Amino acid sequence: MLKIDNINLYYDGIHALKGVSLEVPEGKIISLIGANGAGKTSTLRTISGLNKPKTGSITYNDQDLLKVSPEKLVNMGIIQVPEGRRIFAPMSVYENLELGAYLRKDKAGIEKDLQNVFKRFPRLEERKKQTAGTLSGGEQQMLAMGRALMAQPKVLLLDEPSMGLAPILVREIFDIIKELNSIGITILLVEQNAKMALSIADYAYVLETGKIVLEGKGKDLADSDEIQKAYLGG
Amino acid sequence: MDIFLQQVINGLSLGSIYALIALGYTMVYGIIKLINFAHGEIYMIGAYIGFFAITALGIGFFPALIISMVGCAILGMVIEKIAYKPLRNSSRIAALITAIGVSLFLQYTGVFFFKAEPKVFPKILSDGRMNIFGTKAYISYQQLTIFVVTILLMLLLQYIVHFTKTGKAMRAVAYDKDAATLMGINTNNTISMTFAIGSALAGAAGVMVGVYYSAITPLMGVMPGLKAFVAAVLGGIGIIPGAFTGGMILGLIEAMVSGYGNSLYRDAVAFFILIVILIIKPTGLFGKNEKEKV
Repeated sequence: MLKIDNINLYYDGIHALKGVSLEVPEGKIISLIGANGAGKTSTLRTISGLNKPKTGSITYNDQDLLKVSPEKLVNMGIIQVPEGRRIFAPMSVYENLELGAYLRKDKAGIEKDLQNVFKRFPRLEERKKQTAGTLSGGEQQMLAMGRALMAQPKVLLLDEPSMGLAPILVREIFDIIKELNSIGITILLVEQNAKMALSIADYAYVLETGKIVLEGKGKDLADSDEIQKAYLGG
Repeated sequence: MDIFLQQVINGLSLGSIYALIALGYTMVYGIIKLINFAHGEIYMIGAYIGFFAITALGIGFFPALIISMVGCAILGMVIEKIAYKPLRNSSRIAALITAIGVSLFLQYTGVFFFKAEPKVFPKILSDGRMNIFGTKAYISYQQLTIFVVTILLMLLLQYIVHFTKTGKAMRAVAYDKDAATLMGINTNNTISMTFAIGSALAGAAGVMVGVYYSAITPLMGVMPGLKAFVAAVLGGIGIIPGAFTGGMILGLIEAMVSGYGNSLYRDAVAFFILIVILIIKPTGLFGKNEKEKV
């Protein structure tokens, strides 16, 4: 289980995360929703070791992650698909996927996972020699997810996978998330698209200006008045 | 025609030196967006390492070249660690001023230890020359060596950057440090490696210039350093083939100015090119305006 306990994060004096706590149990889909600037991305960046919190703790199966380097974190299987996909645009699709497996040494395993990624995302195989920057937005999202899968994730941290995508692609991406969860990958999903995020979440947290203001089962939250009003336009 | 051919040959060997130095400038800029003004001094120290390796150890050109490249690689990594790494997250101007400081520090440390008088580089390559297809133009074996070694190093560099894990990590870090970190790439080691490779190329240039011009001084890195910077900007700073092409073009232009005009104007021409490039196409010959997809 990934456990974030009472994290306080400051950027240039701004108190970005104010005592955020959340739990991501093994095998579940946990959603973290909230408006722009609420601190969702900061939370994921802190988990991945890109931001250092002032106080609080992050543990994975009781191991202190704040003492672990970002590389080691990847080795442990805690993999992030960052906001805006952040693919390596000047490099080929194939090279992007290779970089996903950067720390792995098992050649046969890497090749097998590459074939699995191509099976899951046939478009990537068709375009494997193409420069990643020339892919469409949806294809780039698939590449970012494929790249993460090359690292053999145990916990996948997804930051706004639906951002900027057409509704049909959003549904496709969410289907893939559910499928990845069904093969045993734990998911922490950060989304502005509250409706979709709550619909697939086992449990969800609502972040507002750096604080968790609500939490509960995905369905319960989706039905609650506060969420209806603030996020679902109801 | 003979003069022209002769100036092409001279230009390509001079351009090779600029190209090798420009590669280090451009690689470092590509990965941490720093103009490493101390790069010319690494080239100078490379020449001295070569000098001492040859005079003290009595070894030949190629072993000296390799020793100098290794020495400069280490020096580059040390400079990065001590001077630039602590400033990684400060403003770019702070790092730039530090680079100028490191440059001056190395120049005058060089004057202190090596003395300001030029040292005569031992003749270790044959003075012979070859006639080009029955014309009056000649290529010396030294020029040929410089050109061939540069081409080989350029090919090796392209191989490293495009086909090795280190090279892929370098390109990933250059494009997006955070995303590279999320892949498990150690960005500090990758940046260190970039300094090592860039500095090794400057070291090679230093030894070859020593052999070619047969005199080295502690301030020899200043002008070629600046010219190589012009070459890197001309090709498009941060772009490896651009640095190579920019170096060659600059070498050719200087040779032509010396051959047909007045050699006193060649430095002026080099910096005039810099100004023109910055006005007309600041991204350089190979540079393009990056568009980002959201």
